[in-house]
Amino acid sequence: MNNILAAVLVLGIMGGVFGLILAIASKVFAVKSDPRLPEILEHLAGANCGGCGYAGCSDCAAHILDGTAPVSACAPAGAEGAAAIAGIMGVAVESGVRKVAFVRCNGGSNAKKRYEYEGVRDCIGASKIAGGPLECEFGCLGMGSCAAACKFDAMHIGPGGAAVVDSEKCTACMACAAACPRHLITAVPYDKHVRVACSNRNKGKAAMSVCAVSCIGCGLCEKNCPFGAIHVTDGVAVVDYDKCRGCKICTKVCPRDAISPAASKEEKEKYRAAQKAQAEKKAQAAAAAQSAQPQDR
Amino acid sequence: MSVTSLLSISLGAILVNNFIFSQFLGCCPFLGVSKKLDTAVGMGVAVTFVMGLASAITWLVNQYILIRFNLLYMQTVVFILVIAALVQFIEMFLQKSMPTLYTALGIYLPLITTNCAVLGVALLNIQSNYNFIESVVYGITGGLGFLLAIVLFASVRERNVFAECPKCFEGFPIALITAGLMALSFMGFSGLSAWG
Repeated sequence: MNNILAAVLVLGIMGGVFGLILAIASKVFAVKSDPRLPEILEHLAGANCGGCGYAGCSDCAAHILDGTAPVSACAPAGAEGAAAIAGIMGVAVESGVRKVAFVRCNGGSNAKKRYEYEGVRDCIGASKIAGGPLECEFGCLGMGSCAAACKFDAMHIGPGGAAVVDSEKCTACMACAAACPRHLITAVPYDKHVRVACSNRNKGKAAMSVCAVSCIGCGLCEKNCPFGAIHVTDGVAVVDYDKCRGCKICTKVCPRDAISPAASKEEKEKYRAAQKAQAEKKAQAAAAAQSAQPQDR
Repeated sequence: MSVTSLLSISLGAILVNNFIFSQFLGCCPFLGVSKKLDTAVGMGVAVTFVMGLASAITWLVNQYILIRFNLLYMQTVVFILVIAALVQFIEMFLQKSMPTLYTALGIYLPLITTNCAVLGVALLNIQSNYNFIESVVYGITGGLGFLLAIVLFASVRERNVFAECPKCFEGFPIALITAGLMALSFMGFSGLSAWG
């Protein structure tokens, strides 16, 4: 009986003493932390993807609190997250359009191979050996380094052999862009569907010979765009999303199917026929106007 | 107690009776936090730190409280209580006075609270009848042994990611096999006892 009493007393007293010490310590060593910090942290994506450029979400939250990072620093949190954080911080949010990552290459099995690569399944490794296994020096190597970097399961190697983004899952953290040794991945607006799926900066034959779906810089898209929204820069077509209205005419005139979504043959035929009919109509009208002119006089 | 006995304790704790590879204590953080080398180093340093301190405090508690009140059978419970309180206290102390060390140890410090390597070192100190200094040395060198093991293991695991291995072994299974092989190789130290 005495033993039990001693045990209970000793443990009880020890527990009480430790509790007291901890209670005092928590007051003495209290670190004043901003109550906004956990609130901000709550509105970040919480994936620790590093897309913001800081070491994890809590570091990003600390920088937002400092004002050294914008309230919209967390791309995966999206516009709602940015708005919520802006509310906590008491600042206005810059309006953000939802963006997604896009791989500017549709090569895969369309691209010519220089050799069969059988080393480590890693894009950087593959790109180091004689300039990579593809003839095209700008093409997607399809080893999936971007897919491995993606924390949101939004990046996969598509059936064609090139990497494809799942726009629904993508949060535009751009961790994949950092992992791509060929710098093929950019952020594009989620709701603009016209995207140039090639980054080959070579022109004409040099681009044509290495891949079946390469942009050869012919400029047909530029000439046919009714809004002046697509331009050939550095040998590859680039869409200006401020002007693009998604009419998809460029996809229909592209002789190389390098602009996604690629138009089917029928669509192209239809567009060409319509163009032809319109041109004929115009010519007829011009001829009619010419023949009508003398009578007016 | 002499310098050679301390050396022999250190050598034993680091290599011969390595906490992970021959006593199989602390395998949970060993497998859990060894995917990357830098986190492994953080964990190892934190464990070393806590094991050293815990050895000192638990030895004192054992000597001046448990033995006096004839409560040796309560060792495990008391040591858990002491270690948990100690880790909490250290965490608060570091956060206030050494923020850089606090961020370096980060999440690993609270993780160690119920680590069996820390409890193990406290109990082994008593079992081996070490005095205070020997206990502290055993705690710190045991932690260094943990650090060595987890750093070696993390380095191997980082390379394992790129190695080709059968699909069914990818990921965790191959890590367990690696750990087993490393434990085997550490058995090679078993005859090593230069100072008796």
